[in-house]
Amino acid sequence: MSANVAAAAKAAPPPGDKSAISVRDMRKCFGDHEVLKGISLEAHKGDVISILGSSGSGKSTMLRCINLLETPDSGEVRVDGELIKMKQSRDGRQMPADIRQVERIRANLAMVFQSFNLWSHMTVLENLVAAPTHVLKRPRAECLEQAEALLKRVGIWERRNYYPPHMSGGQQQRAAIARALAMNPKVMLFDEPTSALDPELVGEVLRVMRSLAEEGRTMLVVTHEMGFARDVSSKVMFLHKGEVDSVGEPKEMFAKPPTPQFKQFIANFNK
Amino acid sequence: MAFDFYVSTMWSVLKALPLTLEIWFFGIAFGLVIATGLTWLRASGSKLGEYFTRAYVFIFRGSPLLVQLYLIYFGLSQFDFVRHSPILWPILRDPMYCTIVAMALNTAAYESEIFRGALRAVPVGQIEAAKAFGMSAFTRFRLVTLPIALRLALPAYSTEIILMTKATALASVVTIMEMMGTAQKIQHDTFRPIEVLTCAGVIYLLLNLSIARLFAWVEYRLSPHLRPPPEQSQQIRPVPEVL
Repeated sequence: MSANVAAAAKAAPPPGDKSAISVRDMRKCFGDHEVLKGISLEAHKGDVISILGSSGSGKSTMLRCINLLETPDSGEVRVDGELIKMKQSRDGRQMPADIRQVERIRANLAMVFQSFNLWSHMTVLENLVAAPTHVLKRPRAECLEQAEALLKRVGIWERRNYYPPHMSGGQQQRAAIARALAMNPKVMLFDEPTSALDPELVGEVLRVMRSLAEEGRTMLVVTHEMGFARDVSSKVMFLHKGEVDSVGEPKEMFAKPPTPQFKQFIANFNK
Repeated sequence: MAFDFYVSTMWSVLKALPLTLEIWFFGIAFGLVIATGLTWLRASGSKLGEYFTRAYVFIFRGSPLLVQLYLIYFGLSQFDFVRHSPILWPILRDPMYCTIVAMALNTAAYESEIFRGALRAVPVGQIEAAKAFGMSAFTRFRLVTLPIALRLALPAYSTEIILMTKATALASVVTIMEMMGTAQKIQHDTFRPIEVLTCAGVIYLLLNLSIARLFAWVEYRLSPHLRPPPEQSQQIRPVPEVL
């Protein structure tokens, strides 16, 4: 089985210059439960891909396998054409071969989490400066200047000296997006960024995300926001039971659902 | 008359305070070093390390400090190899060193449990965020895990330090004339236990009061994110009441 996958990977043409993220035949089990059953994904520069699916379909796991917060059992991930090197550990599981490479790639893939995960003991400004200074080794003064500009952009500059627990969910998530932007990432990963927010706070976060999409950033967005998927994204990917059920242009996908599963899925949302 | 006796006793006991503080300081300093090692061993994920730390905690937390002190001071000198060792004997023949060793070994067991709990209580999401932003394991620990864990450990740690302050009184049973030893000597000489022990008790109380205030201040300084937001904080008392 794994020999076949390796052969297929070799035979496949190398991803083009425009490829930002390329995932091939990714599999992941948690115990006996197979969450990802061979997922492939191609994101070009400037793509905004909305990843949809009911809960348990594997969409968050897929996102977390791309930056190796979870280790995929098999399959390959390329970021900007660079293959993340994996090796077999002693118990036969796959693990990253070079943790330095993983850390370098993660620094290019900023992530925005469902529960914000801002560092609670740092002010908003410190949150934005921490990774650029310590990971990218950029000068602190320059990072501070950029951080203030980013906070102005997401509209919470007045809150720059606040600690995360003192802000609303929407403000925290906008701070988390600014923190991700401060890394000047090549690709941004959003893991259900609005799912933990009160309904009236969802709009402010979506507005920021929409503006990012409009300036041509490459984004993978796991979301339940059908409006965002339909109107903002350049591609929609629907996962069903750990497999890619359908991929396509958002307008076409929503106008003419290509599979009964996707039709059922959007019907549930329109109810 | 009684007042004069109080003053002179207070003064005699206070003269032994530096010795008490010396035992206290070196006991908790070495204890902290051992506890850090134990915590690291426990968190390293090695099975052997886990068994060792569990056994260590079982023994040193499960038996009285007094028993440990007696075993170290009276017990170990029974062995010939200890008496002939050029390293062990200079330490173990000295009651002062024995007390410090016993206190350090004992407090390390408690502290390693405190630190283990604090490390486990650091929110996983915040560590994950540090990972996702490309931080190395060391940077993650230094910037995220350690600062959060320290704040979580502080209340329990300060309690342990206060317990250690009181435990220094045990040094008197191995001939050390620290505050308790001094107080007992005055008591034997004068047969006035109430006055003498009250003096000693008051000094211990004041000592622990200052330690508690110090920790409360440190905790306050380290936890601005757990206080009300800036515009409300003016109305809030700056230092929480302790003791």
